[in-house]
Amino acid sequence: MPLDPPTSDGRFGEFGGRFVPETLVPACMELEAAFAEAWSDPAFRAELDGLLRDYAGRPSPLTVCDRLSTELGVQVLLKREDLNHTGSHKINNVLGQALLARRMGKERLVAETGAGQHGVATATAAALLGMACTVYMGEVDMRRQELNVFRMRLLGAEVRAAMSGSRTLKDAINEAMRDWVATVESTHYCLGSVMGPHPYPWMVRELHTVIGTEAREQCAALLGGDGLPDVVTACVGGGSNAIGIFSGFAGTRAELVGVEPAGGAAVGRGAPGVVHGSKSFLLQDEWGQVQEAESISAGLDYPGIGPEHAHLAAAGLARYEQVDDREVIEAFALLSRTEGIIPALEPAHALAWISRDREALAGRTVLLNLSGRGDKDVAQMMEHLG
Amino acid sequence: MTGLEATLRAARAAGRKLLVPYITGGYRPEWLDVVRAVADAGADAIEIGIPFSDPVMDGPVIQRASEDALAAGATPGGILAALRGHDAGVPLAVMTYYNICFHMGHERFAQGLVDAGVSAAILPDLPLEETGPWCDAADAAGVETVLLAAPTAPDERLPRICARSRGFVYAVGLLGVTGERDTLAATATSIAARLKSVTDLPVLVGVGISNADQAVEASAVADGVVIGSALMRILLDGGGPEGAAAFVAGVRAALDG
Ligand SMILES: Cc1ncc(COP(=O)(O)O)c(C=O)c1O
Repeated sequence: MPLDPPTSDGRFGEFGGRFVPETLVPACMELEAAFAEAWSDPAFRAELDGLLRDYAGRPSPLTVCDRLSTELGVQVLLKREDLNHTGSHKINNVLGQALLARRMGKERLVAETGAGQHGVATATAAALLGMACTVYMGEVDMRRQELNVFRMRLLGAEVRAAMSGSRTLKDAINEAMRDWVATVESTHYCLGSVMGPHPYPWMVRELHTVIGTEAREQCAALLGGDGLPDVVTACVGGGSNAIGIFSGFAGTRAELVGVEPAGGAAVGRGAPGVVHGSKSFLLQDEWGQVQEAESISAGLDYPGIGPEHAHLAAAGLARYEQVDDREVIEAFALLSRTEGIIPALEPAHALAWISRDREALAGRTVLLNLSGRGDKDVAQMMEHLG
Repeated sequence: MTGLEATLRAARAAGRKLLVPYITGGYRPEWLDVVRAVADAGADAIEIGIPFSDPVMDGPVIQRASEDALAAGATPGGILAALRGHDAGVPLAVMTYYNICFHMGHERFAQGLVDAGVSAAILPDLPLEETGPWCDAADAAGVETVLLAAPTAPDERLPRICARSRGFVYAVGLLGVTGERDTLAATATSIAARLKSVTDLPVLVGVGISNADQAVEASAVADGVVIGSALMRILLDGGGPEGAAAFVAGVRAALDG
């Protein structure tokens, strides 16, 4: 049983919707129709699959972690999205949206980015397809992730600093939406996670189901018995890598666990609210002003969460845990030392949860979506561990 | 107090072009004095912005006004409480983002507006398809909900927006966010004309109306204009009630021709 599609008004349970300025409503409707049409067109699927294979390097491997498993007493399997071209899962979504944008006759991509991974992936796809690209990034994040800023520029993208508010991911999304309001006729907004107005949460999920589909087959080939892991876990910022891997295991006996940063725990500490186009759980003050998240990882530094995760949490179909920055740094070092894999700080959150709960998980098999590699974080970690 | 739509219709019937200035609530301590000054200078109604942390429909000037107001401790409750004891002499409409209303609860927000003497609400991130629960509460409380119509809307959408809009219909003058522009976008008069051909509601053009000349140009087709950033820039530069009154009086005089 795969994850349900949203209702015609873009709802997952009570969450989701299309809360955008009127200017963008026709564009969202057009995008919804164009994606539905492309997604059921074998030619579109074949072109995307070809790019995912020959350009991005899919399928990504499943790695059994012997030394880590011995150390934790938990059998850990890694879905290696870190090995994709550009170093994270983000490329799955971006290649799909860029092909779709071209099919819709758009000449330009605009995107937001936090850690820079989605920005780099979007700039990459734009370079590949010969499209113009503008990426908004919070000024604070531009300083934290200097290397990715340079990468995006090298790839031909224009990087614009978001100077308002907290100057992080949330503000970069505001700026990208403002850009799109002004340029909607020629520009596609290449949103980087399962959030925003309908059809984005659904479309971005569909583009990441490749993670879960591959992992399900790989687990079946690897594991005995029913071929299922006991637990499937992933970090959750907006929630795209998590929903991607969850999609392969929804409705099975595998337990789905999303891991949020304690400083940006929208499910753990938020309340229902509406920002950036959808209704979901949101960190906000007593008046509904959106609060700033605070996390060591720029990619999870977001006060909201995709609406489908809010629904999965409210319906008890998935569970959401929180880890703090210190636990994340330990997990970052642990995977590097035991497996020779330096993870991005984002998926290190999921490992931090496994490590903390290892007694409860003893003897069980846990599939972790390793959503990205740690190159971008090494300089920052040098300050903590060096 | 007569409602927003009744007031605007009466003024239009008297041959007057409509002028609705926007002021961010709480941007400076003297904001209520600005409201009174602008009313006296010839506004037909006034939009009061309740600042929101993430104003995606706003450009740099109103973003800054919102940030200033929030930094000074402005809250939705505080702004409504301040308006409660205040009679501007013209109808007021609050302009804020949907989460402020959603978080307070639709019924409570609607009642809060009524208690504060506010006639109407404008929620720029609540498009037609999402208006249901809020409009039910607003209608029940007697609050008029002004909907926006944008140049990107296909023809068949405009009558549906107008049918659900109360007070007036807000014609978004350009593709973009609030802020001043050197010239009036061609979309300002084209969207106004498209709306005028399908509705009898007052049609006001907002977003991008930057000065008296542009107000006159837009009002050749529309019933009037909303002016936000141009006024807020004067206020953020320290113009105060006198500066605001002078600006609004200038636009009024130009519209009255
Ligand atoms: C490696 C990696 N993982 C996860 C995320 C968080 O996004 P999501 O929750 O959509 O997977 C990011 C975002 O920048 C990322 O770079």
